[in-house]
Amino acid sequence: MIDLSIFNYDFMQNAIIAGTFAAILAGAVGYFVIIRNLSFAAHALGHIGFAGASGALLIALSPITGQFIFTVFAAIGMGALGERISKSDMIIGIVLSFCLGLGSLFLHLYNGYAGQATIILFGNLLGVSSHDLHIMFWLMILSLLSLTLIAKRLLFASLEPELAEAKGISLVWLSIFFMIIMAIAVTLASQVVGVILVFTLVIGPAAIAVQWTHHFWSGICLSMLLAIFIVWIGISLSYVTDWPISFWISALVFAIYLLTSLKNIQFFRVSNSDK
Amino acid sequence: MIQSENNVIITENLSIGFNHHPIVSNINLTIHKGEFIGILGPNGSGKSTFFKALLGFIKPLSGKILILGSTPQHGHSHIGYMPQMRSQMSIANLTARSILEASCKGSCYGLPLPSKSKNLEIEKVLELVKAIDYADRSFRQLSGGERQRIYLAQALLDSPEILLLDEPLSNLDPNIQEIFINLLADIQNNLNVTILFTAHDPNPLLRVMNRVLFFARGKAVIGSVNEIITSATLSSLYETKIEVIHLNQRLYVIGDGQNILGEVAHHHD
Repeated sequence: MIDLSIFNYDFMQNAIIAGTFAAILAGAVGYFVIIRNLSFAAHALGHIGFAGASGALLIALSPITGQFIFTVFAAIGMGALGERISKSDMIIGIVLSFCLGLGSLFLHLYNGYAGQATIILFGNLLGVSSHDLHIMFWLMILSLLSLTLIAKRLLFASLEPELAEAKGISLVWLSIFFMIIMAIAVTLASQVVGVILVFTLVIGPAAIAVQWTHHFWSGICLSMLLAIFIVWIGISLSYVTDWPISFWISALVFAIYLLTSLKNIQFFRVSNSDK
Repeated sequence: MIQSENNVIITENLSIGFNHHPIVSNINLTIHKGEFIGILGPNGSGKSTFFKALLGFIKPLSGKILILGSTPQHGHSHIGYMPQMRSQMSIANLTARSILEASCKGSCYGLPLPSKSKNLEIEKVLELVKAIDYADRSFRQLSGGERQRIYLAQALLDSPEILLLDEPLSNLDPNIQEIFINLLADIQNNLNVTILFTAHDPNPLLRVMNRVLFFARGKAVIGSVNEIITSATLSSLYETKIEVIHLNQRLYVIGDGQNILGEVAHHHD
């Protein structure tokens, strides 16, 4: 028998809904993160959000608000680098580690519940309130609509920046606009897996999807479906085993990525022996 | 300036460069509809800079440009451009056709939805460059020559009147270069499009180009191959002794004992 008791608890229902919101957005945004080579920037935005989330505790704001404000400002800064961002690993690395340091200072100054650090770092999907759900829902809708508005330009500019510029697209403004959407996706994803593991949800499904697909639509749809699937299975496994959701999600991404890589190695061998 | 339908590019006392520092000065030329112009010159002589000025990426330091009757501006839909350098090959493992779909009307807003007119347009350019056979293969698995054809197809989207092709022959084997040039000549006959084509070596272009635009030492000269690629013209342009040698229907431009045009291409990656 399938154990359906998982749906009997409010906090489980909220967790599944919040996880789905985050997965839909992470899958869609992640696809563009991959084709724009922005994986490291996405990872960095998660860590930068740590300072925002812990700083918010100090001034009695909700962590998600503080994280949102911090990541959006960081996103604007990174976006302004334009095409140079792929060569800016050092500066991004220094800023992200400073933000982690800042976060540890804020937590030191904040004398409340010490478990907050773990919650911010590794997520607390089971603690999502109805109020948080509302915020997450509207953030998701807003980002998806914004992404819809610029999707065509963004795809063109991501694949062919030189041509896009020649056709009159401002790469810097487009980059800033997309980075803000990415900041929102990262903020939502970190509610599920925490700032440390943002990478797994924003990059993982999309990184797997681009290896299985050769078209834009099949790629982005597979990325979103995988993200949702991974989050649902992750929550269920966590419910059954009582191990953390973050663990299961990152383990699932790892396992599927591993299988995908094996497929590619296999394919490579076959195509080599053809020659 | 003489404006007419037939004069697609006109420059007058044009000086181009970066940060107030001119790379080429005093360019005066008129390019007619349907011409094939080979743009030659050593590295850094201003070939790509000239394209940047025509595309509106940089403003003239002085003088004027008229392209299709107006000053250059970003996003001119009747100019097809094939850049020399691609900053990176995307990680997305897309087919050649998917890349063309993304490029077709790529500066519009909204979702990149497929449409009948778009498919027809893509089919048309794929036929022009004779790339139907491998359009649905992964772009990453294509050979250098096949990729150049897809890039050419990309430049031909939205029916351009002018094609700016920046070093399309670099890194191609000689026989592939010839196939590419023949293809381009066919396309030009079909579409009566004006082609500006930069290259290091004049030889692959000898049969197809109508005129040569030669950049060197901050100057530009334009004329037929027989007028420009001569010992006298190039010596006065380079301000040093240059010899043009005809050998087996090929041209060798020798200065300081070295072939100053053909050889460079192989070092240029």
